[in-house]
Amino acid sequence: MKPLRAWVFRLAALFTNKQRERQLSDELESHLQMHVDDNIRAGMTPAEARRHAILKLGGVEPTKEAYRDRSTLPFIEHLLQDVRFAIRQLRKNPGFTCVAVLMLALGICASVSIFAFVDAALIKPLPYPNPTRLVSVFENSAAFPHANLSYPDYLDWKRLSKVFRSLDVYTGTGFLLSTPAGVEPVPATRVSDGFFRTLGVTPMLGRNFHAGEDLAGSPNTVILSYASWRKRFGGKKDVIGQTIRLSDVPYTIVGVLPRNFQFAPRGRAEFWITLRFTMPKEFRRSFHSLSGIARLKDGVSVQAASADVKTIAKQLEKQYPESNRGQGASVFPFADLVVGHIRPILLVLLGGAGLLLLIACMNVTSLLLVRSESRRREIAVRNALGASTGRLTSQFVTEALVLVTMGSALGVLSANWTVQLPTKLIPADMMAAMPFLLGLGLNARVLAFAGAISLFAAVLFSLTPTAHLAVSEMRDGLAEGSRGSAGNTWRRLGSKLVTAELAVAVVLLVGAGLLGKSLHLLLHVDLGFQPDHLATVAVAGPETRYGEPAQAVALGRRIVSRIETMPGVKSAAITSLLPVSYNGHTDWIRFVGRPYNGEHNEVNQRDVSSSYFTTLGAKLLRGRYFTDAEDASKPRVVVINQALARQYFPGENPIGKQFGDTALSPKSIKQIIGVVDDIKEGSLDSKIWPAVYYPFNQSPDPYFSVVVRTSQAPQSLLPALSAVIRQSHPDVGVFDETTVDNLIHDSQTAYLHRSSAWLVGGFAAVALLLSVIGLYGVVAYSVSQRTREIGVRMALGAERGAVYQLILKEAARLTAVGIVIGLVCAMAAGAFLNALLFGVRSWDIPTLAAVAALLGFFAILASFIPARRAASINPVDALRSE
Amino acid sequence: MGEKADVWQGTLALMILKTIEAMGPLHGYGIARRIEQTSGNLLSLNYGTLYPALLKLEQEGSIASEWGVSENNRKAKFYKLTRAGRKQLAQETRNWEQTTEILARFLSPSEDPA
Repeated sequence: MKPLRAWVFRLAALFTNKQRERQLSDELESHLQMHVDDNIRAGMTPAEARRHAILKLGGVEPTKEAYRDRSTLPFIEHLLQDVRFAIRQLRKNPGFTCVAVLMLALGICASVSIFAFVDAALIKPLPYPNPTRLVSVFENSAAFPHANLSYPDYLDWKRLSKVFRSLDVYTGTGFLLSTPAGVEPVPATRVSDGFFRTLGVTPMLGRNFHAGEDLAGSPNTVILSYASWRKRFGGKKDVIGQTIRLSDVPYTIVGVLPRNFQFAPRGRAEFWITLRFTMPKEFRRSFHSLSGIARLKDGVSVQAASADVKTIAKQLEKQYPESNRGQGASVFPFADLVVGHIRPILLVLLGGAGLLLLIACMNVTSLLLVRSESRRREIAVRNALGASTGRLTSQFVTEALVLVTMGSALGVLSANWTVQLPTKLIPADMMAAMPFLLGLGLNARVLAFAGAISLFAAVLFSLTPTAHLAVSEMRDGLAEGSRGSAGNTWRRLGSKLVTAELAVAVVLLVGAGLLGKSLHLLLHVDLGFQPDHLATVAVAGPETRYGEPAQAVALGRRIVSRIETMPGVKSAAITSLLPVSYNGHTDWIRFVGRPYNGEHNEVNQRDVSSSYFTTLGAKLLRGRYFTDAEDASKPRVVVINQALARQYFPGENPIGKQFGDTALSPKSIKQIIGVVDDIKEGSLDSKIWPAVYYPFNQSPDPYFSVVVRTSQAPQSLLPALSAVIRQSHPDVGVFDETTVDNLIHDSQTAYLHRSSAWLVGGFAAVALLLSVIGLYGVVAYSVSQRTREIGVRMALGAERGAVYQLILKEAARLTAVGIVIGLVCAMAAGAFLNALLFGVRSWDIPTLAAVAALLGFFAILASFIPARRAASINPVDALRSE
Repeated sequence: MGEKADVWQGTLALMILKTIEAMGPLHGYGIARRIEQTSGNLLSLNYGTLYPALLKLEQEGSIASEWGVSENNRKAKFYKLTRAGRKQLAQETRNWEQTTEILARFLSPSEDPA
């Protein structure tokens, strides 16, 4: 207790220095006065009396010294002195300080921001209890590594599996909601009864779904998302038990989900209802529409679970060969589904930011070296005046700490700002699929990371001048103009640092080049159609009014013909799925007149209107497109893509050939009438799958997308487009109006490629700048050290050209070594990058050559300035100067 | 900074406290003189060592200080005991008595060990 109290006083005393000093002087003075008075009374002369009093005291200064040591905490006092001195030193050299602090801040800001992403996305992406126990469950076939489950398969798995504590399924759906503003399509999700229990989520209001509530015949019940509850019901607590009409069907609200509930695969879903399957197709084993999510039993590994479901899949395959042939199964951590696609990007970015930090640190290190070199005299003087090596070292450490503290503070502050950017820059749709980014921020883990790298930098920066201090002989420093071995040591070390910096810059530049090239290739990939001047809008007609095929056909015809009368519209068409969306929504086909052994010929299925191909600007290779008159009353026809023709009709003319469903049921038989050049149906970086295009009029659905070829900028037509449809059909939902160009450029694939290319590009640009500055520093220093040598050479008749050569050669050697090492490292690091590359290999020669040329150019440019200075040295001045 | 200094530091603190208790509020010079006198001039005290010791006692809350005027009309800083100081004095006095008693038993020629 008492020592603690004393500590507090001593700590507080650090701030009351002046006042205490005065009081101490006063007190000692009064002490001496009283003693002198007494001594004089005892008969001494005044001078003698004072001398005796001081002697008896033990000296005024030693007493003060002892008193000071006791009054505060000496080591903190020293530290504060050092800090004050360091700040004074840094202030005396504002150029050095600014550059060093900015470089550090930049490196720290970049790595801390990226780490914040890594933290949000990779370390703690799932807001559920025990998230590592959650797994996604897939079936898989040759074409789909991650296929959905069919309902009967799901039920069998649930019954047979021994590894899951619970297995549940979900699938996307949507509703049309009548609002005062018109019909609004709203995303929703159908889930099995135990879905929320598997996640470990309990509704904030009301109840969870009961067991068995997902069976046909159960009452219509719905659980609201928090956002929906706030938006549509004003956050009123009495919504439980109320009825809401979803697509004209009444549902009873039984619960509201908590505010922090997230489910990335269905990020925007407002309504959560149960499966309650009734349609016959939903009970088919071949109808794969469900995504599985399960919670593993304790102690069961993902591998063990995978093995277990594979066994079940084998069993089902034997039992139901017709539907389950070739159907395997797999289990993955659920986090993979949510963040799997951004993991490689984040790791590359983290690597890039790390390299940038490394360059920044190396640059600051070499600055510190130059500085400690130029401070040798000062240090030698302080040493000669009695400063111990320990005290000098602690001074360096303090300077490093001050520098790093300023750099980190600035870096962390700016990182705090940069991590807020994504929430503003990322489109809402994409954000809904990455809800884990909402938690982005500087939490304890991120700050700990920032602390760790600052500590690393601090250690590095205090070691550098300390090591330098050890290398250079103190006494040498005092000798006038001495340029002993220490100067050379530094030059060697500095050159090595710069070589390393250049190499790192090469790695970053190559990475940026490859990513940039990938992005370019990705955005210019052959789509098989002309994406410019295409507008699109999605239409959803309520089943109650457009559920009959004839009604859907009529709706499609009316909307297309209405749009085609609009000014600025060249043509309009309908498709069940837009191009460049995803490979999927497939059909299994069986060719007429060929042996069939039950294999699944899985092909993309799209239902399109007669003008679809001409509107898109696709290329007809053989045969013809269908006509608008080819509806249910006519023989069934189909247009296939080139990939299908190549795969199933090699060397044959497919026109006139027939195929149907796996049972070849008479109603399913279609005749091939045309072959269209491959249209990119999947994402930009996906492969072309075989595809079939059925006439919309023979395979209609009241939910479709309209594609419009415009003569003007398609963006400008969008408002009118939706307005026209809403006006003529107030009962249908109209949404997702955009241009196909936007669709492609804002697609997740393009977005991820673009952001990684830009970010790594930014890192690379900064790295280039820093390393070139570093090179400049080394060459300039070398020139300043060699002034006399150059002077001698020139006095002996060296031409200016020879001096240029001397300096540039040194720079060129450093640069060449840096570039070669960098290229080797870049190729080694390329494997790490491969997951992000599209259309280029990591050893892409043009990129490597361009990087080498770019860096070489800037390096020579940077060394030209000191070379010029060297060449303009006046030999007489140079010889006289030292 | 061996053991001797520590013991010395401890005893000096005790002497200071006892002196202030006996004399009432007193300045540093007065305390020093008084300690010397009380020790029968057996102690050769460097007056300067008193001040860090006084500071320590003040930091620990055993004494408090106040500027005042000495008997000879000199401005001086007076130290007085606080309640905590009184308690500490009592406690340390007991400790010392015990220590010296034990030591005395060791040092005196042994009586009957019984």
